[in-house]
Amino acid sequence: MKMQPNPRSPLHQPALHDSGVGHVTGEARYVDDWPLPPGALHGAIVTSAHAHGRITRRDRAAAQAVDGVSAVFFAEDIPGTNLIGPIVHDEELLASATVHYVGQPVAVVFASDLETAQRAAALVEVDVDPLPSLQSIDAAIEAQSYLAPPHMIARGDADAALKDAHASVRGEIRVGGQDHFYLETQAALALPEENGCLTVLSSTQHPTEVQNEVATILGVGSHAVVCEVPRMGGGFGGKESQATPMACMAALGVHHTGRACKVWLDRDADMRITGKRHPFLGRYEAGFDQDGQITGLKVELYSDAGWSADLSLPVLDRALFHLDNAYFIPALRFQGLACRTNRPSNTAFRGFGGPQGMVVLEEAMNHGARALGIDPAQLRARNFYGAAPRDRAPYGQEVPAAHNRLGTIHDSLMDSSDYAGRKAEIEAFNAGSRWVKRGLGYQPIKFGISFTKSILNQAGALVLVYADGTVQLNHGGTEMGQGLHTKMLTVCAHELGVTVDAVRVMTTATDKVPNTSATAASSGSDLNGQAVAAASAELRERMRPVAAGLLELDAAAAAELRFEGGVVTHPPSAKSVPFAEVATNAWLQRVSLSATGFYATPGVGYDHATGSGTPFFYFAYGAVVCEVEVNGLTGEHRMTRADILHDVGTSLVPTIDRGQVEGGFVQGVGWLTCEEVLFRDDGSPVTTGPSTYKIPAVGDVPVDLRVDLLPKAPQPGVVHGSKAVGEPPFMLAIGVVTALRHALSGFGQADAKLGLPATPESILRAIEGPQSDRSSGPQRAL
Amino acid sequence: MDCVTFHVNGRETTLRDVSPTTTLLQYLRGPMRLPGTKEGCAEGDCGACTVVVLDAQAPGGPRWRAVNSCLLLVPLLHGKQIFTVEGLREKPGDEGLHPVQRALVDALGSQCGYCTPGVVMSMVEACHRPDLDAEWKLDDQMCGNLCRCTGYRPIREATREVAGSRPPDRLSAALAQKPEPQPALDYGTDSARGPQRFWIPTSWAALFEVMEAHPGHRFIQGATDLGLDVTKHGTHFDALISLQGLDALRTLEVDGTRWSVGAGVKLADLEDASDEALPPLSRMLRFFGSRQIKNSATVGGNVCNASPIGDLAPVFLALGATFIAAAATGERSIAADDFFTGYRTTALAAGELLARVEFDIPQASARFASYKVSKRREMDISAVAAALRVEVDDNDIITDARFVYGGMAATPARAHSAEAAAVGSPFAEATFEACAAAVASDFTPMSDHRGSAWYRSTVAANLMRGFYLDVSGTPMPRLSDRPSGTVLGGTPA
Repeated sequence: MKMQPNPRSPLHQPALHDSGVGHVTGEARYVDDWPLPPGALHGAIVTSAHAHGRITRRDRAAAQAVDGVSAVFFAEDIPGTNLIGPIVHDEELLASATVHYVGQPVAVVFASDLETAQRAAALVEVDVDPLPSLQSIDAAIEAQSYLAPPHMIARGDADAALKDAHASVRGEIRVGGQDHFYLETQAALALPEENGCLTVLSSTQHPTEVQNEVATILGVGSHAVVCEVPRMGGGFGGKESQATPMACMAALGVHHTGRACKVWLDRDADMRITGKRHPFLGRYEAGFDQDGQITGLKVELYSDAGWSADLSLPVLDRALFHLDNAYFIPALRFQGLACRTNRPSNTAFRGFGGPQGMVVLEEAMNHGARALGIDPAQLRARNFYGAAPRDRAPYGQEVPAAHNRLGTIHDSLMDSSDYAGRKAEIEAFNAGSRWVKRGLGYQPIKFGISFTKSILNQAGALVLVYADGTVQLNHGGTEMGQGLHTKMLTVCAHELGVTVDAVRVMTTATDKVPNTSATAASSGSDLNGQAVAAASAELRERMRPVAAGLLELDAAAAAELRFEGGVVTHPPSAKSVPFAEVATNAWLQRVSLSATGFYATPGVGYDHATGSGTPFFYFAYGAVVCEVEVNGLTGEHRMTRADILHDVGTSLVPTIDRGQVEGGFVQGVGWLTCEEVLFRDDGSPVTTGPSTYKIPAVGDVPVDLRVDLLPKAPQPGVVHGSKAVGEPPFMLAIGVVTALRHALSGFGQADAKLGLPATPESILRAIEGPQSDRSSGPQRAL
Repeated sequence: MDCVTFHVNGRETTLRDVSPTTTLLQYLRGPMRLPGTKEGCAEGDCGACTVVVLDAQAPGGPRWRAVNSCLLLVPLLHGKQIFTVEGLREKPGDEGLHPVQRALVDALGSQCGYCTPGVVMSMVEACHRPDLDAEWKLDDQMCGNLCRCTGYRPIREATREVAGSRPPDRLSAALAQKPEPQPALDYGTDSARGPQRFWIPTSWAALFEVMEAHPGHRFIQGATDLGLDVTKHGTHFDALISLQGLDALRTLEVDGTRWSVGAGVKLADLEDASDEALPPLSRMLRFFGSRQIKNSATVGGNVCNASPIGDLAPVFLALGATFIAAAATGERSIAADDFFTGYRTTALAAGELLARVEFDIPQASARFASYKVSKRREMDISAVAAALRVEVDDNDIITDARFVYGGMAATPARAHSAEAAAVGSPFAEATFEACAAAVASDFTPMSDHRGSAWYRSTVAANLMRGFYLDVSGTPMPRLSDRPSGTVLGGTPA
C-alpha cells in the first residue's frame, strides 16, 4: 500500500498502524512480556468444579506446603469488600459460601513460578454440596430466573397490525454464544509502591474500573491505585469488565506479600473463567402488507446472562434497540428478559447485543420474503427508514432522513456487486448442480452509536507540549489493536499543526486521565477524539500569540496564522516559524504547555420506564452482498465473495477503518458459521481452546473480498466528520445466513430450521430435513 | 551427561539444568528473555508461538520450517538453528526491517499484534519456499496462524507479496551451508518431580541399547501430540527417546510403484511427494493440520498414536499398506488391517518401533479418493475421515473394495458390509447407494463436539455418494484450489 501523506495534515489520509513496527519485530510489549522485578510471584486460580452449590470446606494446607508457594488466598483474606461488578456489585472476587458456575474463582495461589502455582492450585481442596443448576435459557424461563423485570418497548397496536396483515409469519430462533478468543489471554501485573499504594498493569479496556475495583477489594481510596494499559492483544468486549478480577487478585497478592504479583491466564483458564457473547432465544411474529412492508412486529428476546449481572442488562437493551435494524416498523411490541443461569457471566462482545437482536429480526425478514415471494434484498429495501413519518425508531428517536445513507448504500452496492445478475446466475447453477448449491445474501445495517447508559458518554485527554516542540498525548481510551492511538495521534497532530513523528501516544494511565469510560461501544475515537481535539486546540490557541509575536504580527493577523505540518505560517505575508521555535518561546514566556480536554456527548438519554428516549447520538450504516457455496453431502460451505460498502463518515484514517470493517465482518461470520461454545450437562465447558473452539482461519475468508468506504459522507457533530466503526461491520455478517438460506432453497429446504452457528452439521440437518431432528444434537452430546 | 545446545538468532545457547520437558516457547520467553514470541494456546492451534527451525536433513536439502514452539521440547532442538521474530531485523530502525516485516506493516497486517510474531515467522518460511504458486498453497502456508482482528485479507496480500522471494537475509546464508548431521544426545535433569532423561540416539545400536535399558521410555518425534501431554495435562515424562537422529527413518523411497515411507518422514514432505503421484494421500494431508504441525509431525507419530481418527491411517488401510516394525532382533511386517488393535493401541510389541510404511501405488483399475470432514476445513480434527477405494474390471464390475473410515469407531476401521455390497456389483450409482445404506450398519459412532452420531453416520453414507461422483471422471481426483467441501460432489474443479 502506498501511503500518500498530506504534508499539511495527516487527517483523512491513509496511515500505517501506530504499533505496526513494534508488532512485526516483537518489540511491542504486552503485560505478560513485562520484565519482572526480583522476587515477583505468579498466580494461579482455583476454580469451582460445580455449577452450583454450597461450599462446605476449603483446605489450603497441601498447596501451601509446596516448595515455592508463597501464599494461598481465600475470600476472608480480602481486606476490603469482596464484591465487584461493572454496574451492580454482585460478584464475589473469591467465592466464600456459594459457587454459581463451573470455573468460578474460589482461591488464588501465588508461587515463584507459574508451573508451581498451577501445580499447587490443583492441591487446594474445595468441597461443595451441590445444588440444582440452570443450564439453559429454557430452564431459566421455566424457573422464572431473571436478572430484572422485562424491558418493554412498544408503539401502536401490534396485535391489530398482525391481525390485519396481508401475510404474517412467526418463528423462533436461537443463536449461540461466542468466545472472544483475543489472542492475548487475560493478564495483570501488580507492582507495589510506597505507603500501601500500587500500580497495576492490566490488559483491560476499562482502566478506571480496574483502579476502582482494586481499591474496593483492598479497602483503600482510588488515589492509592494507578492502572496502566500498555496495549491489549485484542479485547472485543472481553476485557471491558472481565479483566478486573485478574487485576484484583494480583493486587491482593501485592497487598499481602509486598512483592510484584502477576495473574496471567492460560487459554484453558481464560475460556473456563470468563464470560462470552450472550446466547439468545428470540420469538417473532411479523406482519407484512402485499408489497412486503412490515405492518407490525412482536418479538420476545431471552438472553443467557450467566450467573451474575455483569453488563447483561445493557446488552439486552442494545439487542432491543436493534430489533428494528434498518427498517421502519409502524406497530411493535418488544420484550426482553435476561436469564440468570449457572454459566460464566456473559459479557460485552463487539455489537453488545445488537447482533443478537438483529439476527432475530433478519430471520423474520427472510421468513417474510419467502412467504410473500419477494426477493429478500428488495423486501429489505422497501422497509428502509425514510422521510417522516417513516423516520422514528421504536423508542421514539428520530432517524434523520438527511443523514440516512441506507438508500445510497443499497443502490450503489446492488450495482457494484451485480446482485441481480449474479442471483440469476446462481439460480441457473443450482438448477444444474445436484449436490452443490450456491446462495446470495444481502444485509443492510443501521447501528446506534453511544453508550446507552448515557453518563458514560464522556472522555478526557491530557496533552503536553515540550519546549523542543515535541508532544506527549494522553487520552482515556485504550489500544486493543483497533487503531485508536493511530487516530488520536492524527487528530492531535492535525489540531496542533505538527507532524505525527512529533507526537508520542502515551500508555493509557489513570493518573493522567481520571474517571474514564471503557473503550467500548465503538465510541473510542468519537469521545476521546473530541477530548484530544479540545486539548490540542487549547494549546494551539495559547501558542498563537507567541507565534504572532515571533513573526511580528498584530492580533488580527494572528487569527490568520495556520498551524500545519510543524510550521506556523501567515499566508498573507508568507512569514513562517517552526512549531518547535514557538514552543521554546512559549516556555521562555512562561506560557503553560499542558492542557486537558474534555467531551460529553450532548443530548443523549433514555427512559427505561417508558421505553423511549434518545439513546444514540447518531447511526452508522453499511451493507454487504455475500455469496456462499454449500456442499449438500457434508453440510460444509465456503464464502466465495463478499462486497461491502460501509459508512464511516469522513474517515479519520481510512486504512485503519478498512481494517475494522474487514475484521468485524469476518468475526461475525465466525459467530454465525463455525464458532460453537459448548457445555456438558453438568455445566462444565467443552470448548476451552482452539483445538475444540474454531474461529475463522485464513481459508474461511473469501479471496474475493471487496470493501469500500462510503465516500463524501461527513457526519455532523462528530470529530472531523468521522463515524464510529468498531462494532457495526460485525453485523454485516448476518448476510451469510440469508445467503445460506438461499442455497438451502436450492436443496428444496427454504423453510428449514437452521441452527446458528451454521456449522456443517447444522447445515446438513437443514438439508436433510425434519427427520434429522430426531437424533441428539451436539449441544446435548459428548 | 550432555548439554543441550542450539542456536537462537545466530547465538549459541546451552542448557544444563533445564527440564527436558520444557517447551521451546517457555525457554524463549523465560531464560532467553525473548518475549516477542507469544503464547496463544499452548496446543499448537493458534500459531502465535511460531518460530522457524532449520531442518538440515530435509529431503532436497536444508530448509527453514515454521513450527509451533509451544509444543517443541527443548532437547528436540539439539544441534539445530532457530530464528524468532527478534532475530529478523538486520539493523535498528525501520530501514532494517526484514522484507517480510516491511510487507506486513505496509499491508496493515497487524492490529492487536499478538498473533503477528507468529504470522511473521510463517511468512518467513513462505519467502524461502519456491513452490507457493497457487492461492490454496498460500492459505495452507498461513492457516496455522489464527488472527482475530484483521480478517486475514492484509495478511494474505502480504504473504502473496513475499512468497518465494528468497531475500538475502540471515536465514538464506544458513541454507547455503553444508548440512550438519544430527548430534547424539544423552541429557538429564533432576527436579522436585523426579529425574528426567532425554536421548537422541544416532544409530540403531544406540537406540536399542537405550530402549532396553529404560523399558518405561516413550518415543518422541515432532511432539505435536506428546507436547500436549506436557502443556495441557502436566504429565511427567521420565524417559523420552527422540528418533530424529536416525536418518533411515526420514527416507522416502519410491521404486517403481512401490513406496517405502520412513516413520520419521514429516507430513509436509509426504504431502509434497504425493501431490502428483498419489492424490488420495495428498488430499488427506491438505487439511490434515496447519503447516507448522505438518512441518513437525511425522508419519510414525501419527500412525503409532493410533487415534480413532488418525487421518493417515484410513489411507494406509485403503492402500493395503504393510507396517514394518523394527526391534533389536530384526524386522517384521504387520499388515495394515492388523495394526490397530483397539482404542489407541497397536500391534507393536515392547522393544519394537515402527520403522516404515510400505505400499504400492494403485493400478489403473483403481478408483480411489480420501475425505476429511471437520467443523472448520483447515486445522481441525475430523468428524469423519475416509479413504475409499475400489478396483474395477474391464466390464465395470467392482472386483475389490476397501472403504476405511476414521472417527466412526474406536480405531480407524473398514466398512465391511459396505465393501461386501460393492464387490461384484457394477460401478454405478445404484451400487454406491447400496453402499451408503450399508455403511450405517457398519458403525455405531459416538457424539461429541465435532459432530453427533447422526452427523457422522449421515456423512459416512453421503461420502459414498460423493465418492462415486468424484471418481467417475478421474480415477484419483485431486482437490480443486478452493473446494466448498472435502467432497467435490460433481462440481467442476
